[in-house]
Amino acid sequence: MSALEKIRTVRGTAVVVPGDDIDTDRIVPARFLKCVTFDALGPQLFYDERYAEDGTPKDHPLNAPSASDATILVSGFNFGSGSSREHAPQSIHKAGFRALIAGSFAEIFFGNATTLGMPCVTLDPEDLGVLAKLLRSVPDTVVEVDVAAREVRAAGRVFPAHLPGGAHGALLEGRWDPLSDLLEGADDAVALAERLGYRTAAGPA
Amino acid sequence: MTDTAPRSLFDKVWDAHAVRELGDARTQLLIGTHLIHEVTSPQAFGMLRERGLPVRMPERTFATVDHIVPTHSRLEPFEDPLADEMIRELRSNCAEHGITLFDLDTGRQGIVHMVGPEQGITQPGTTIACGDSHTSTHGAFGAIAFGIGTSQVRDVLATQTLIMGRLKVRRIEVNGELPPGVYAKDVVLHIIRTLGVNGGIGYAYEYAGEVFDRMSMEERMTVCNMSIEGGARCGYVNPDQTTFDYLEGRPYVPHGADWDAAVERWRELASDPGCAYDDVVVIDAADIAPTVTWGINPGQAIFIGDNVPDPALAADEAERASIQEALDHMKLRPGAPIAGTKVDVAFFGSCTNARLSDFVEAARVLEGRTVAPGVEAIAVPGSQLVKAECEKLGIDKVFRDAGFEWRGAGCSMCLAMNPDKLVGDQLCASSSNRNFKGRQGSITGRTVLMSPVMVMAAAVTGHVADARDVFGTAREVTA
Repeated sequence: MSALEKIRTVRGTAVVVPGDDIDTDRIVPARFLKCVTFDALGPQLFYDERYAEDGTPKDHPLNAPSASDATILVSGFNFGSGSSREHAPQSIHKAGFRALIAGSFAEIFFGNATTLGMPCVTLDPEDLGVLAKLLRSVPDTVVEVDVAAREVRAAGRVFPAHLPGGAHGALLEGRWDPLSDLLEGADDAVALAERLGYRTAAGPA
Repeated sequence: MTDTAPRSLFDKVWDAHAVRELGDARTQLLIGTHLIHEVTSPQAFGMLRERGLPVRMPERTFATVDHIVPTHSRLEPFEDPLADEMIRELRSNCAEHGITLFDLDTGRQGIVHMVGPEQGITQPGTTIACGDSHTSTHGAFGAIAFGIGTSQVRDVLATQTLIMGRLKVRRIEVNGELPPGVYAKDVVLHIIRTLGVNGGIGYAYEYAGEVFDRMSMEERMTVCNMSIEGGARCGYVNPDQTTFDYLEGRPYVPHGADWDAAVERWRELASDPGCAYDDVVVIDAADIAPTVTWGINPGQAIFIGDNVPDPALAADEAERASIQEALDHMKLRPGAPIAGTKVDVAFFGSCTNARLSDFVEAARVLEGRTVAPGVEAIAVPGSQLVKAECEKLGIDKVFRDAGFEWRGAGCSMCLAMNPDKLVGDQLCASSSNRNFKGRQGSITGRTVLMSPVMVMAAAVTGHVADARDVFGTAREVTA
C-alpha cells in the first residue's frame, strides 16, 4: 500500500458556515444518500440550504464567489452531529475542503473526517468568534491550519487550536487511514475472536 | 490496575476485545459482530475491491435491507431505480463474500437494529459495529455497540477490527417510579434534554437504577437507541435476568449446556459494585412527564404541559439565535403551549419505537377510536417478525379500523430515503428519533418527536396532545 501524505499544514481561503449543531442531514440531505459510490457528493454539500426547491441559488456562504476556491470550512459547536454516515465528510472533501475549524465536532464525524485526511481542529469560543468575524469582513483572507503546531493563523493573528493526540499523530505521520495498521493485527484479531467464543461458522447456533 | 479492581461493563468488554495498542491512546479493537445495510456498505465493498482485499470473517457480518425499502409495495424492481440498484448491490456483495442476508423474502427482514436482537445475534459482552449511528440500540443487551462511517465498515470487513480511543463512562441512574403514562421514550428525551445534545461526546452512557432494572428489553432498546442523540455513540444497560429471558431460544444464541455456560459468563459482565465512573448523573423518575420536542434537535424538548421557549428570555446570544432558528422552522410562537399544535401526519415506526410492545400499548389506547379528519396516519412495524406477530394478535385491524395505513417493515418516514416523506411544511407527530430540518423528506417539513402513545393521541385529536388526558392515565401491564 502506498504511503499516505503527511498532513502538517492546510493553507487556503475559508468559508464560514455559521451555527451550532449543524447535523449530517443538513450537510448532505438524505435523498442524496441513495448512491453506491461517493463520487457525486461534492455539489450536494448543504444542498437544501444553498438552493431553493426550484434549484435557484439562495444567499448562502458557500454560494459566494469567494467560496469557490476555499479549502477550509469554519463552523460552530457540535458540527456534524446526527448520523454516522460518511457521506457528510465525503461531501465536504469532494467539494474541495481539506480542513475544518469549529468550536467542537460530533465524535463519529470527527473520526470519519480524520480517516479522509481532513484535520478537524477546534478553537476556544472567543477565538472562533474573532476568526469568523475576520473572515466575514475579508473573505479572501488566507488561513493556515498548522496541524503540527496546533495553531490556526490568519491575518497576522495566531489562535491556539486543539486536536486530540490520536488524530494529531496520525495526520502528521501519514497514518490517518488506519487500514494498513489494522491489517497487520488482523491475524491476532481472528485468534482473539476464536478465544472469546465468537461463532466462526455461518448460520444459526 | 489489578485483576481484582472493580471494573465497569464497558471496561471489561473493551479490555477483552483489545487486540493491541497502537500508541496515542488508540486501540485496535476486535468487532465481534458487524451489521450492515444497503446505504453505508456498497462504497466499503468497493474500497475492498479496489485494494483486492477479501472479507476477513464473513461469518461475523450480518446484513439486512431497511433504509430504502418501500413500505407500501415490495414488488421488484422498486419504482425508484436508485433504491433498486442499492438492494441489488447489497445482494451481490453478500453473495460474493458469503455474508448472511436477511432479505425481503426471509420473513426476518427489518430495521437492522431490530433484526440483531430478534435473531439473538446481539449478545451481552460483545462488541457490535454498524454503519448507522443508532447501533447504540444493541447496548440494551450489555454489548458495546456503536455507529461507524463507511471507511470503518471497510476496516471491519477487511480486518474484523477498528481503531478506537477508549471512551469515558457516565452512569445515568434513574430511580423511583415513572408516573403513569410516562414511557421509555420520555425517559430518553428527558435525559437528552437534561444533558444536552453534545453532553455525551467522548462518553459511553451506562443506564442504571430502578427504572432500568424494571424495564423490558424493548424499553431498554428505546433508550439506548437514542444515546447518540445526546452525543454518546454508545449506551448500555448491564445484562440481567430480563436480558437472558429475552434471548433464550432465539436462533443465534447457544442451546442446552452451552446456553447455561453463556448465561454464567454474561452474569459476570455487569459493572462491579464500587467501580469508578468518569461521571454520575442521578435523575428522579417522578420528575419525568410525557415529553415532546419543539425544535430542530432532540434536545429541544419540553413536557407536554409546558410552553415553547421565548428567545427574548434566552440566557445568551447563542441560545437566542438557536431558539429563534428552531421556532422559525417549526412555525411556533414564542412562549405558546406546545399542546394544541396542529398535526398533519402521524408516523408510528422507526428503530426507536416499532417493536411488539410499542404496538401492543399503542393499540390498547387506539382501539375503538379514529384518526382525526385531515391527518395522514401510518403505522410501520420495524421488522417482518413484528408485523407478523401484530397481525396474529389482530393489532393490524385496530390500526386499520382507526384509519391508519398498515405498512411493511422498514425505516419508512424516519428518514427521507424511501417513498414515505413529508410534503411541504407538514407537521409530523413522530415516534422516531430525529427532528433535524429536512429529516423526514421535506426541507420545510416539521417533526415533533414523542412516544408511540403520544403519537396515537396526536392522531386521534389532530393536534399535539397529552395522551393522559386523551386516553386516561391508566397504564396497564404491557406485553
